[in-house]
Amino acid sequence: MSLWKQKRIVSKAVGLAALALSAAVGTSVSAEEAKTQYFPLATFRVGAYASSGIPVWAGEIDYFRYINEVEGGINGIKLVWDECETNWEVEKGVECYERVKAGKNGSPVPIFLPHGDPISKALTEKSVADKIPLVTIAYGRTEAIDGRVFPYSFPVVFSFWSEASSAVNFIAEKVGGKDKLKGLKIATVYHDSPYGKETQVPLAHLAKTYGFEDIQIPVPHPGNEQSAQWAKIRQLKPDWVFLRGWGVMTPVAIKTAAKVGFPVDHIIGGIWSGSEEDVRPAGAVGKGYLAITPFPAGANFEIHQKLKKYILDKGLSDLKDPKSFGSVYYNSGVDEAIVAVEAIRTAQAHFGVRPINGEEAQWGLEHLDLSEKRLAEIGATGLQQPLKLSAKDHEGGGAGKVLQWDGEKWNVVSNGWVKSDRDLLLPLIYERAAAYAREKGITPRDATN
Amino acid sequence: MSTVGTETIEGFSSSREIAQSARDRLRAGSVVVLLAALTAIPLVANDYWLNAVLIPFLIMSLTALGLNLLMGYAGQASLGSGGFMSVGAYATYNLLLRLPELPLPVSLLLGGVISGLVGVIAGLPSLRIKGFYLVASTLATQFLLEWLFNQYGWFSNYSTSSSISAPRLAFLGHDLSSPTGRYLLTLATVVVVTATAVRLVRSQTGRTWMAIRDMDTAASVIGVPVSAGKLKAFFVSSLVIGIAGALWAFAYLGTVDARSFNLDRSFQVMFAIIIGGMGSISGNFLGAAFMIFLPILLDHLGSGVFGGAIDPGQLENFQKALFGALIVWFLIKEPRGLAALLSRAWTQLVSRINR
Repeated sequence: MSLWKQKRIVSKAVGLAALALSAAVGTSVSAEEAKTQYFPLATFRVGAYASSGIPVWAGEIDYFRYINEVEGGINGIKLVWDECETNWEVEKGVECYERVKAGKNGSPVPIFLPHGDPISKALTEKSVADKIPLVTIAYGRTEAIDGRVFPYSFPVVFSFWSEASSAVNFIAEKVGGKDKLKGLKIATVYHDSPYGKETQVPLAHLAKTYGFEDIQIPVPHPGNEQSAQWAKIRQLKPDWVFLRGWGVMTPVAIKTAAKVGFPVDHIIGGIWSGSEEDVRPAGAVGKGYLAITPFPAGANFEIHQKLKKYILDKGLSDLKDPKSFGSVYYNSGVDEAIVAVEAIRTAQAHFGVRPINGEEAQWGLEHLDLSEKRLAEIGATGLQQPLKLSAKDHEGGGAGKVLQWDGEKWNVVSNGWVKSDRDLLLPLIYERAAAYAREKGITPRDATN
Repeated sequence: MSTVGTETIEGFSSSREIAQSARDRLRAGSVVVLLAALTAIPLVANDYWLNAVLIPFLIMSLTALGLNLLMGYAGQASLGSGGFMSVGAYATYNLLLRLPELPLPVSLLLGGVISGLVGVIAGLPSLRIKGFYLVASTLATQFLLEWLFNQYGWFSNYSTSSSISAPRLAFLGHDLSSPTGRYLLTLATVVVVTATAVRLVRSQTGRTWMAIRDMDTAASVIGVPVSAGKLKAFFVSSLVIGIAGALWAFAYLGTVDARSFNLDRSFQVMFAIIIGGMGSISGNFLGAAFMIFLPILLDHLGSGVFGGAIDPGQLENFQKALFGALIVWFLIKEPRGLAALLSRAWTQLVSRINR
């Protein structure tokens, strides 16, 4: 290589580095008093789970656009957001968090949505140091329900423990009462990972309380071959199967169940086994499959009519495939956006109408009260459950709806929201949180303020 | 540093020796300057640079160094790096948790030693098989370890999600949990381990490894202890990788589970040394820099230049393609890695100046 060529390469490299540096520094430049609320989004539009991610951002962004376009922002404070791609990888998630945490153009970050169980865990302590609340709907550390130990983690709405308990209570609803659970066999077929094992403790506890038999059957990642597991099911003959899958594991489970002759309408999928993307690949045999979810599917909620009128029909939607409008994942994005917006609104009522920072948003979240009345005003009755959070309770709801797949779409088959036995499980959760606090040397916060 | 291995065995003409000592002094000087700069970084860098860029870069360099000792110096290919990282992380976690009176560096080192011992067991097949067959057996180690930590709650102190998170990081009364503290902990570890590794590869052990790598049959014929050398390489390599795993868990991410050290991680480490340069110490740092900095750089460029104009999903895919293309381009330019590329450029530059 000749020297001038090398020089050219060096100068090019220096130019590139300078460009990158200016991009990195540019975000931290503080302008005059910001009038907009920054809200960074950590997305995964590529990578193994992109197909579930894309509709989530669409739901989220569509709701933000609706707030900006139709309601003129949150009390006049418009939302601005940008995306940082994580690929659902923890390292990239941490990088995104660090990149956005200082805010943008003087507007602080009120809430960070990690969107990925490992990412949320890696950020648990960093978020406390930075005073930025992490909102993780239907994933994340269950013990974080105890806000005295986890002040900045919010596993709001529906933790994995509540998921398990609600599934059991739905079975009780089907068989005619909790006293009829005695003697039933409930098998949990789970993704053999930290996420999959999260429900073992609550299910063992519930089995002891109600007298049903708790069978646990692991499926190794990724779960594209499950003959052995379902052969075991055929041999053990459980009355119900609770399927806690992830990715390709769910459709394969449904197909294999059909092959061994287990009735699909006695399989209850968990939160991450209950989307259109999970059942469609299973084809016709998926008809009748059940799933418990905090994000009921459907495009007939009032908010959807508003979204359709003001966002979709005007071509402002982020949705590439209009068929996904009202899907489980789209609605989960809308749900998440509602919680975030309402938390900011609550904080504004206390601290003043202006962009809210993380510490203020934490107060907003801990004083969030999404009553039936407020949900009706938003137009989210039936889509989002009533939610009341406090320092001692970062979950709030703890109920799910059970959906059934009719071959084309999901229909709600449970009697409204199926509540979990939170009174029974909360003491166990507090115990675990206290153990974590001891291990880490954390002094739990006083919950009275 | 890249030519360490060959220089020590080449000729000894006096002019060469003088040039050599001058270069050594220059090199030592530049290392001191570099160290001073790295120590001073927290004064100017913000959390983003420390947490998201420099800490992972340093730890990835250390992991690459560990694998390079085994693969680049001793010629034993391994895909078990992720597994050894997890052994180091889980061992250190349990030491910190169950023996809190041990100082942090001792826990780190002992965690590394445990990982090294696991490495020796994993290395036993290397006495009989080599090349792709050995890769397959280390692959089994990788899967076994990942399964073990996921399966048995004891390793994670029965945490609900089998994840581990560091008890308070402190040394001599200083709290090291701030970004600066974690950076300096990482930097100090990397400096100490790298210095030890440099000495090691120039010693008898290093020559044994290179003899085994270059031709193990010939080495055994002339009396090089091949079996002991291979196992020693597995021990030292896994020790270094184990320390890196503990740092990855506690100084970088904070909380991890066994899946943070999956096969992808092993591949990432292997790519780092292939791109950086096998059998080279500086190559580890170059390769790690390539693997860590470049995607972030591309991402910043992408969002800075095209942000909003192009669909974010498409942009991300384009960056991935570009990253892949760059790997191919660099390897075509210099199959022996970035370290060789740089040292060639340096020699050319020097000869031009001298002319």
